[in-house]
Amino acid sequence: MTKNIAESEIDVNEEGYLTDMTQWNEAVAEAIAAEEGVGPLGEGHWKVIRYLREQQEKGAALTIRSMGKSGVVTTKELYELFPGGPLKKSSKIAGIPKPVGCI
Amino acid sequence: MHDLLILGAGTAGTMMANHLRRRLPRAEWRMRLVDRSEKHLYQPGLLFLPFGDYQEPQIVRNTRDFVPSGVEFVHAEIGEIRPQDHTVTLANGNTLTYDVLIIATGCRTAPEETEGMLGSKWRVNIHDFYTLDGARALREKLSEFSGGRVVVHVNEMPVKCPVAPLEFTFLADTFFKKKGIRDGVTLTYVTPLSGAFTKPKASKKLGHLLGDKGIELVTDFVAEKVDQENDKLVCYDGREVPYDLLVTTPTNMGDEAIRRSGLGDDLDFIATHKNTLQSLEFPDVFVLGDATNLPASKAGSVAHFESETLADNVIRHIHGEPLKEEFDGHSNCFIESGDGKALLIDFNYEHEPHEGGFPFSFGPMKLLEESRLNHLGKLAFRHVYWNLLLKGRALPGISRTKKAPPVAAK
Repeated sequence: MTKNIAESEIDVNEEGYLTDMTQWNEAVAEAIAAEEGVGPLGEGHWKVIRYLREQQEKGAALTIRSMGKSGVVTTKELYELFPGGPLKKSSKIAGIPKPVGCI
Repeated sequence: MHDLLILGAGTAGTMMANHLRRRLPRAEWRMRLVDRSEKHLYQPGLLFLPFGDYQEPQIVRNTRDFVPSGVEFVHAEIGEIRPQDHTVTLANGNTLTYDVLIIATGCRTAPEETEGMLGSKWRVNIHDFYTLDGARALREKLSEFSGGRVVVHVNEMPVKCPVAPLEFTFLADTFFKKKGIRDGVTLTYVTPLSGAFTKPKASKKLGHLLGDKGIELVTDFVAEKVDQENDKLVCYDGREVPYDLLVTTPTNMGDEAIRRSGLGDDLDFIATHKNTLQSLEFPDVFVLGDATNLPASKAGSVAHFESETLADNVIRHIHGEPLKEEFDGHSNCFIESGDGKALLIDFNYEHEPHEGGFPFSFGPMKLLEESRLNHLGKLAFRHVYWNLLLKGRALPGISRTKKAPPVAAK
């Protein structure tokens, strides 16, 4: 399905996660962040978002641990930046798939 | 004489030994299988042990009983893997050389990774069921448990058999009901993910199970520490979940030998090609089972499907032929949903668990649906494991790559 985000038609799944990370841009991120009650996006947010997109491009598994160890952000800061659900919200804003279990 | 060396005689390593001994000429290839333990544990049985449903002799056998003739079993702790030299050192001082190495060293629980998890109350009111010792201790605890707050907790992903903590929660609900104390127990499931079910189809179909059983759900919870003094889990965002009995799934990590060898990521899992199962760094090294960093489930069924592709690829590699990019993340498993019922799911890298039929040797089972038959299937699987799976035999009607979901399934 598609959704109009920041005045573009963007492919998303039923939960609003982008299905094609190349359709992402900073305006899309800002718009999703506003919907999720996050932001306005500051440098702390952007560091996390850029890191997530780089890892996703490499095909690496995204975990809170790897982020904590990467030096980008501590787990505590991650909760402060993306309150309520740091991984699911930051992934959505970064235009990458939601971290999931097997069912 | 060439050497094929397999590290780890768990589910994955034992299957590879059986597959390859049948296919590598004995006059040309020596095969050795290394493990620190002489006992083979049927790990799915650990889910049932705490409830007194299985006894230990049903789930522990001698490793050597499953090592085929023509494969030397080396009972030793691994020291270091040195792919540059094609050698593996052992803690007993010996060094093994190889032409082709298969790493199947699995994963382990690492409670020391979370502040306050180990301590004076570990295995007093903080328990786990991913180890035989842990499952035994929890069985004792549950047999005398009279009521209170029971919290089932997943610390961080990935974990072996990722649905097991949820199954444990469902089985605990049934256990307390049978004991007549369910009214005096609150049951809470705490997960770092966004829900107990995170895939849309499963969530839609199964989301009601928790509410129906009166199980509370706490999501997006990453534990900063276990506060043993006050008996509560503390999240990085300050949320707290108090417990009388905590059943935790500690962080899962690869074997310590992987870290000693510098071959792993943050969690000591090895970078592996997701379709060929070759190491991304060393062409003569292959990895399967829980030891990989693949985005597939850490589960026996995955190791089974991987072993079929990997057996072909090891032969191809030896003959200098291109590897098959065949493994698709295929996984299937029975999921206990309590009250004598279970679900069956089937999925891979691309397809989430879906509804539909499933070809199986003892009757048509329905996917993603609770039934008594699935529960019986899960119990029967123990025999399949000991008699077919470990020996590297194909499971009737189940192919290594996933069949596409039926178009009608929604």
